[in-house]
Amino acid sequence: MSSTLTRNYFELFSLPQQYALERAELDARYRELQRTVHPDRYASAGDQERRLSMQQAAHINEAYQVLRDPLRRGRYLLELRGHRIDDQQTTHQDPEFLMQQIELREALGAIRSQDDPLQALDRLARDIQAQYRALESELARVLDEDEEIGAALTLVLKMQYFMRLQNEVQELEADLEDELC
Amino acid sequence: MALLQISEPGESTAPHQHRLAAGIDLGTTNSLVASVRSGVAETLPDREGHHLLPSVVRYLPSGEHQVGEVALQQAAGDPLNTISSVKRFMGRGVEDVKRLGSVLPYEFIAGESGMPLIRTAAGDRSPVQVSADILAELRQRAEQTLGGELAGVVITVPAYFDDAQRQATKDAGKLAGLKVLRLLNEPTAAAVAYGLDRGSDGIIAVYDLGGGTFDVSILRLNQGVFEVMATAGDTALGGDDMDRAIAAWMMEQAGLGSDPDHGLQRRLLMSARAAKEALTDSEQVELTVALDDGGEWRGMLTRQHMDRLIEPLVRKTLGPCRRTLRDAGLDRTDIREVVMVGGSTRVAKVRSMVGEFFAREPLVDIDPDKVVAVGAAIQADILAGNQPEDDMLLLDVIPLSLGIETMGGLTEKIIPRNTTIPVSRAQEFTTYKDGQTAMALHVVQGERELVDACRSLARFELRGMPPMTAGAARIRVTYQVDADGLLSVTAEEQTSGVQAHIEVKPSYGLSDNEIERMLRDSMDHAEDDMKARRLREQQVEAERVLEALQAALQQDADSFLNREERSAIEQAAAELAELRDGDDHRAIKNAIERLESVSAAYVDRRMNANIRKAMAGHAVDEFK
Repeated sequence: MSSTLTRNYFELFSLPQQYALERAELDARYRELQRTVHPDRYASAGDQERRLSMQQAAHINEAYQVLRDPLRRGRYLLELRGHRIDDQQTTHQDPEFLMQQIELREALGAIRSQDDPLQALDRLARDIQAQYRALESELARVLDEDEEIGAALTLVLKMQYFMRLQNEVQELEADLEDELC
Repeated sequence: MALLQISEPGESTAPHQHRLAAGIDLGTTNSLVASVRSGVAETLPDREGHHLLPSVVRYLPSGEHQVGEVALQQAAGDPLNTISSVKRFMGRGVEDVKRLGSVLPYEFIAGESGMPLIRTAAGDRSPVQVSADILAELRQRAEQTLGGELAGVVITVPAYFDDAQRQATKDAGKLAGLKVLRLLNEPTAAAVAYGLDRGSDGIIAVYDLGGGTFDVSILRLNQGVFEVMATAGDTALGGDDMDRAIAAWMMEQAGLGSDPDHGLQRRLLMSARAAKEALTDSEQVELTVALDDGGEWRGMLTRQHMDRLIEPLVRKTLGPCRRTLRDAGLDRTDIREVVMVGGSTRVAKVRSMVGEFFAREPLVDIDPDKVVAVGAAIQADILAGNQPEDDMLLLDVIPLSLGIETMGGLTEKIIPRNTTIPVSRAQEFTTYKDGQTAMALHVVQGERELVDACRSLARFELRGMPPMTAGAARIRVTYQVDADGLLSVTAEEQTSGVQAHIEVKPSYGLSDNEIERMLRDSMDHAEDDMKARRLREQQVEAERVLEALQAALQQDADSFLNREERSAIEQAAAELAELRDGDDHRAIKNAIERLESVSAAYVDRRMNANIRKAMAGHAVDEFK
C-alpha cells in the first residue's frame, strides 16, 4: 500500500498508464480527488492534518497539470519508461523538420509587417496548432501501440519545438493587442 | 430502521455546534461584513442601518481613532489625519508610495523594515495598522449583531494582489484579533455568491472594478466546484482614478493651479465622486466646490463628457480581459455569462464597454457592492464547519509568476502565473564559482525577464555548503504556495543536506514579533492580556485537535490502528485533555505536538485511504 505522494500520477487518478486519455474523465476525477484532500476540507482539523492535506492537494494539482498537458504527459510516460527529457533538450537529426521550424519562425518574424498583423498571426497560430495536434496523435499511436521508444522521443522533442513557438505566438499576440487595441 | 450517518472525511462528527463565522470585504473605498444566519448569507448593517463602512480612519491627538462615516465627514477638515484608500499602500514600500506621491496628502516616513508609515496626530501608523482598525470595527459590528465571539473569518483580497499585499492583509487580520480562516480572491467570492444563487454550470467571467483595484477572473463552475482558469488585473486602478480624472478637469475649468491644498483637494474629489454617482441616473449634473478664498466655483458636467474623461481608464481594463482569455485558452464566445462586481461597475460607460468587449450583455442585477462579502461569508461558514453536507470547493490560482534571480539579474520562473494552488515546485541550481560556500537567493514575483522589473519579495542566504568546484553543487530550491496564495521557500544543498528555509515575509512586511508587539501595545494590561490570549489560542487549537481526532477514531480506528498504536494515541490525547484545562500555554502546545507526532502515521493512512476511496469504482481495467 504505497503512499499517495509516491504513487505515479496514473495510479493516483486510477487511470490506465497510457497516452490516450478521456479529458472529461480526468477532469471529473481531479475534482473528486480535490474534494477529498483540499485544505478547505480540513479547515477545522489540527495543524498536522492541515499540512498533510496541503501537500496532498499540491501533489494532485501537479499530477493533473502533467496529465492534462499533451507534451508533459508524453514526457512523463517516457520518464516512467526510463527516458528523461528536459525542457531545453533539442534534436538535430531531422533536417526537414528543422527547415520547417526555420520557415515558421521567419513567418512569425514577418507578422508585424503584414497589412493586418493580428489576422495573419491568427492564421499562423492555427497552422502551428494543427501541426502540434498531428504530432500529438502520432505520439499516442507510438506510445500506446508499443513501437520503439526512439520514435516517441523524437516526437516529444518535436512537440517541444512547437510548444516554444506557440509561446512566442502568444507573446506577440499580447504585444500586438496592447499596441493596437 | 434509520440509517446511521457517517461524516465527510476531515469533518467533525461531534454534535453540531454552530460556530460564528463572517466574511469581510476589505475594500479601498468601503468595507463590509457578512454572515450566514438561518441559512441565508447577508451583509450586516451598523446601528444606523448602513451596510457599507467607509474605509476611512481618522486619528485624533488623544491617541483615539474614528472609523467609517464619522471619519469620512471630517476628511476635508482634517485631511492629514484622516486616512482613506489605505488598501493602495498594503504590502508596498516607501518607494512605491512615493511613486503614487502627487495624489496623496499624507506625510509618509520610512519605518524600520522599509515599510511606509503615515504620520498622524495619534502617532505613526503603518497601512497594516490602519487596515486592522477597519477590520476591528467590522469585527465589533459582527460580534454585536451575532451575539458572540467570531470563531473565524474569511477576508477577501483582489485576485491580482501579490504575495506582499496578501501577507499584509493577513497580518492586519491578526492585528485585529481575528482568526483568518482564508484569504479569498474577490472575483472568486463573487462567483460563489453568484453561482450558488443560480445553481448554474459553465464558464463565467467576473469583471470586478472597485474603488482602487481591478480584477478579471475566468472561472469554470461545475457542480459546486469553482475552478479559476485565469485571472488578471491592476491593483492600482479603480473608481478613485475616475474621481481624480473628473477632479482634474474641474480644476482646469475653475482655473485652479495644479497644486491645490489638501482640504481643497478633498472637496474636489468628493464633489467629483458625487457627480460620477449622480450621472448614473441623470444626463447632466451641476457641480459646486467651495474655494479657499471663501468663494465658490460652479460648473456643469454631462454624462457624455464624463464618459470621455474616463474612457481611457475603462480601456485600460480591457487588456487584462484579453489576457485572461488567452491564458485560459478560450475565445470570447466560450464565456456564458459576464458578472459585474464592484461599485464602479455602476458607471454606464463601464457596462457598455465591457458588454461590447465580451459581445454580450453583462449581468448587473446582483448588488455589486455586497456580492463579494456575501461570497466570503458562505466560504467562512463552510470553513468553520457549519455545513458538513456542503461539498462546495474553490480552486484558485496565483495571479503572478513566482521566480528566482539568476546570474545577470535575470528571472527564472519557478511557478508560472495561473497555476492552481496549493502548489509545490522545485528546481535545481548550482554554484558559479569554485569553492563557493554560500548562495544568495532572491525571490521575486512578476512576468518580466529582468529582476528589476519584478517585485522583490524576499532575500535569504544558504550558508555552510561544502566547497566544491563551480557547477558541482546541487541546490534544490522549493517554492510552496498555500491555499491563501502565500509563499514559503526552502533551499537545500543536495550532496551535503545543508538547508535554509524562509516563510516569505516580504520586504515591507511585519515580522511575527512586530505583530505581537503591536498587539501588546494595543492592549491595556499588556502582559496579562497577552498571556491570556496565548492561552486561549492554545486551548482552541487543543480543542480542535482533540475534536478532529475523536471523530476520526470513532469512524475508523479499527481499520487503521492496532491495539498498541491506538492506546498510545489515546494516552497522548488524555494528557492533552487534562492540560487543556490548566493555564500553562506552553505545556498545552507541547502536548499538542506530542499527540500529533504519535498520531502522524494514522493521519497519513486515513488520508491515503480517503483518496483511494474517492477513486474506488474507477478500476483501471474499465478502460481496457
